[in-house]
Amino acid sequence: MSAFRKPGRGAVNTAVSVNFTFDGKKYTGVKGDTLASALIANGVHLMGRSFKYHRPRGPVGAGSEEPNALVVVDRGTGRESVNLRATSVEIFDGMVARSQNSFPNLKFDIGAFNNTFSLFFPAGFYNKTFMWPKSFWDKVYEPFIRNMAGLGPAPTAVDPDSYASSYGHCEVLIVGGGPAGIAAALQAAKSGERVILVDERVKIGGSLIDAPNCEIDGKPAADWLAAAVKTLGKAANVTVMNRTTAIGYYHDNFVALNQRLTDHIANPKDGAPREETHRIRAGKVILAQGAIERPLVFNGNDVPGVMLAGAGQTFLNRYGVAVGHEVAVFTSHDSAYQAAFDLADANIRIPVIIDVRDDIRADLRAEAERRGIDIAAGQVVSKTSGKLRITGLEIYDPQSGAKRTVKCDALLMSGGWTPSLHLWSHSKGGIKWDADMAAYVPDVANENAVCAGACNGDFGIAAALTGGNKAAGGRKSYSVTERDFGTGVTLDSLPNYIKDTKQKAFVDFQNDVTEKDIKLAVREGFKSIEHVKRYTTNGMATDQGKTSNLNALQIASKAVDKPVEKVGLTTFRPPYTPTTFAALIGHCEGKLFDVKRVTPIDPWARERGAVYEPVGNWMRARYFPQEGEDMHAAVRRECVATRESLGIFDASTLGKIEVVGPDAAKFMNLIYSNPWSSLKVGGCRYGLMLNEAGFIYDDGVVGRMAEDRFHVTTTTGGAPRVFRHMEDYLQTEFTDLDVWLTSATEQWSVIALNGPNARKLIEPFVDGIDLSPESFGHMQVRTGKICGVETRLFRVSFSGELGFEINVPSHFGRAVWETLFEAGQPYDITPYGTETMHVLRAEKGFIIVGQDTDGTVTPHDAGLSWAVSKKKKDFVGRRSLKRSDLVAQGRKQLVGLLPEDDSVLLEEGAQIVADPNQALPMTMLGHVTSSYYSDALGRPIAMALVADGFNLNDQTLYVPMPGKTHAVKVTGTAFYDPKGERLNVV
Amino acid sequence: MMLIHCPYCEEKRPEIEFAYAGEAHIHRPVKDADDMTDEEWSHFMFLRDNKRGDHAERWWHANGCNMFFNAVRNTVTDKFLVTYKMGELPPKASASNAKLPAAKKTGGAK
Repeated sequence: MSAFRKPGRGAVNTAVSVNFTFDGKKYTGVKGDTLASALIANGVHLMGRSFKYHRPRGPVGAGSEEPNALVVVDRGTGRESVNLRATSVEIFDGMVARSQNSFPNLKFDIGAFNNTFSLFFPAGFYNKTFMWPKSFWDKVYEPFIRNMAGLGPAPTAVDPDSYASSYGHCEVLIVGGGPAGIAAALQAAKSGERVILVDERVKIGGSLIDAPNCEIDGKPAADWLAAAVKTLGKAANVTVMNRTTAIGYYHDNFVALNQRLTDHIANPKDGAPREETHRIRAGKVILAQGAIERPLVFNGNDVPGVMLAGAGQTFLNRYGVAVGHEVAVFTSHDSAYQAAFDLADANIRIPVIIDVRDDIRADLRAEAERRGIDIAAGQVVSKTSGKLRITGLEIYDPQSGAKRTVKCDALLMSGGWTPSLHLWSHSKGGIKWDADMAAYVPDVANENAVCAGACNGDFGIAAALTGGNKAAGGRKSYSVTERDFGTGVTLDSLPNYIKDTKQKAFVDFQNDVTEKDIKLAVREGFKSIEHVKRYTTNGMATDQGKTSNLNALQIASKAVDKPVEKVGLTTFRPPYTPTTFAALIGHCEGKLFDVKRVTPIDPWARERGAVYEPVGNWMRARYFPQEGEDMHAAVRRECVATRESLGIFDASTLGKIEVVGPDAAKFMNLIYSNPWSSLKVGGCRYGLMLNEAGFIYDDGVVGRMAEDRFHVTTTTGGAPRVFRHMEDYLQTEFTDLDVWLTSATEQWSVIALNGPNARKLIEPFVDGIDLSPESFGHMQVRTGKICGVETRLFRVSFSGELGFEINVPSHFGRAVWETLFEAGQPYDITPYGTETMHVLRAEKGFIIVGQDTDGTVTPHDAGLSWAVSKKKKDFVGRRSLKRSDLVAQGRKQLVGLLPEDDSVLLEEGAQIVADPNQALPMTMLGHVTSSYYSDALGRPIAMALVADGFNLNDQTLYVPMPGKTHAVKVTGTAFYDPKGERLNVV
Repeated sequence: MMLIHCPYCEEKRPEIEFAYAGEAHIHRPVKDADDMTDEEWSHFMFLRDNKRGDHAERWWHANGCNMFFNAVRNTVTDKFLVTYKMGELPPKASASNAKLPAAKKTGGAK
């Protein structure tokens, strides 16, 4: 056993050793150790290099507040966890851990030249230095800064672990399993209500483990704790969750918990989730988060071996580890004496307690004397010695000016305590400045929440227990024998009597912010604490300033000469401690990342090797390549086959809304710009929907199935918003109408058949519908049967060819499709995808809402004035269409473009100019919205929104593209069969 | 994540079931729309109060009962004071109703 391990001390099992490596070197710890406690037990304090200056650093704390000891735990490819606090990492047999931000190794780090040149790295250095030339930003400065100022390297492989996620509910949620939290849980348990108690550590107990020197109700703390744990364990209504951090507190008592499940296990079961995120809705939240000790800000306070007094006490009492053999103590608060006494009682030499205060409590003096500890009252540490580990310190007496040096291998410091208000502040609970404590404490609650114990500013075990009990509605008073927690003074930074430019007094250890940086920021005009924070980066590291914010605030407040409460406090934001993205994502990755909608016909297309594209949440077949074909070749073949004979297309994704009711036609008249009263049953009409601002919102073919029933189709991506738009007006504006809306998108499979042979194909399969052109004309709808299945058969065309859209109940979709495909072989029936659909519609000049329109296009702009009723007194968008801006000349209008060079395919989105030789920046007239190669026309075609486009017919414009500028002729948009004669196939 | 009381479901449901739907009690002119100047029309069409404090607004129980309803929410505290059915005026009993906008006379309530 190492000399730093104290047998009989700590809540660890020294009988079980645990082997691990740190930076490649083998070490042995014991069961229950953290990486930090195991390394300290091996005499190692140096665990990392700082962010900016690459200074050697050791742990400052003993828990999740730790700013310095950041490490990587490497469990293999994709399982490298970075920026972990060594003080929270539990060791397991075979663990491989590494330090960060050091090259080539921790003891000799090249980056530390930053430290040598640190005179040149003051606050705002990067902002001031890396300003010009601009071209250096991306290529030189940023890579340089990123290389130098690194935390752990992010793993590059996919994380193979899984992460769980769940919702939970309880009447009482208690955050923090110290004495306050436990007392609250014991009380709440009695009510029979559901109680959840969470604690981020391995065991609940908090300060009862870290500082167990007290008696509760006549029992030693350890015994009382064991009994309490047993009681809570037995209570069926109480759930105790360890290794669980409450990371965020949101509206209406919604608290996010992060539970670490396998990180402490050497060989977790395959597939066992590594972490679980619990989303808890609680009736009441009791926050018992405790308090975080404050470092003292003095020269040389960052050498490894300098740590918080409470941390030294925790390492001894929780882990049975001495942080050194000769441990000096420097404090402005009584509580550090308890740490000193605990260590002294464990036979650790305490050469001196340096106390900035002149008056020391008599009982503390007596206790120190009894243990032979020297007290240097009214004195300060003016510097420290040692680079990789503290070797001694200089004590300065401001009264006499005397200096003396003391040897030590560790220095415990305490600048008082900061109640943890993190979650309280997430919940928007008010805070107030307590001048005596020099800390913010909770004020008025914003949610049903209450703070108890040290986070409420009530220090000591008795206060914690009573406060916790009271928070849960109890009135118990505990009888506690404990050492008085005491009081202290808080200082901004210690007076620097010695002008020593070589040593720095650090405030934020992780981001290397010194007290000089904060004063400099104030001198340079940053008076708000939020600005000081961002300029100096104080509190912006992964520890979010848990140990540094209050010191920074006090230094800034003194520098601006304003009381602290006038300077304000930076905002606490979730998560409380760094949380893995994977835990937040939970199950929602890979296939579960987003909803993927597929049609019933989709498996058929997949079997045929279709290439897909996402459209909204749908995955749609884009084209069906045959062997050796690229997209271009496949689409050309599909287009030709459809125009010459027969194409088959899965249009099931079309949005469908059933509009039903006595006032259905009235509603349609109000919601669409064109008229509906005149549409006869069995007729179809192209519907154009505007928003209230008069812009095109959606479009689609609508069939009138009965006097009181319309079958509305919408664009694939637009269905949800169209439905909302309709419901909104129906429920809030046209409230007198008797109409029902039902989303029917997934009720119907839609098979679109296009081509001269479409009618011939379906004829043998259709029952109850006369398909002859005389009886069933273009833009008509009939009901009957196809392949024995109920159908709504639309004669419509989005290709310009004779077309049918066969609606059958979804579950018959694939069967009908396969039957028709089989029967279509004599016509060389060709399945086509969205790309061919787009080419065919573009050849006809049919628009795609959202591609050829962009939310600023009126019906007139799109050449659809014919679809706007002049007679209707009201419809959505009617009045706005008369706005002066919308009737102005020169608006962007939808035109056709024909490139002069017919081998050129214009890029969609390319800009259009009148004169390619004009000076930069050119005046842009508009942009290309759709562009395809058309086999039917033997040339490329395009549509574009062009300023005053309707008046530019036949004129030449220019489209600058990478490499070359192309001349284009402006035309109409109906490129192919403008008279629609191809629909009239007999 | 907030809990929102749906006046149709008559219970509190999680925020993810709802969608915000803009300021409430804005009268949509119909008969007089043609006589309005563009300036007047723009007040209905585009201009909103963007209030600091109690704000009457519409919500849609999108992933629930599909109903639109009204609510008064404080935009500073982000707390709902009251929710009520479409077509109703803000209940007088609601907290700090003195600050509520005087509901305009309207057939609908968009």
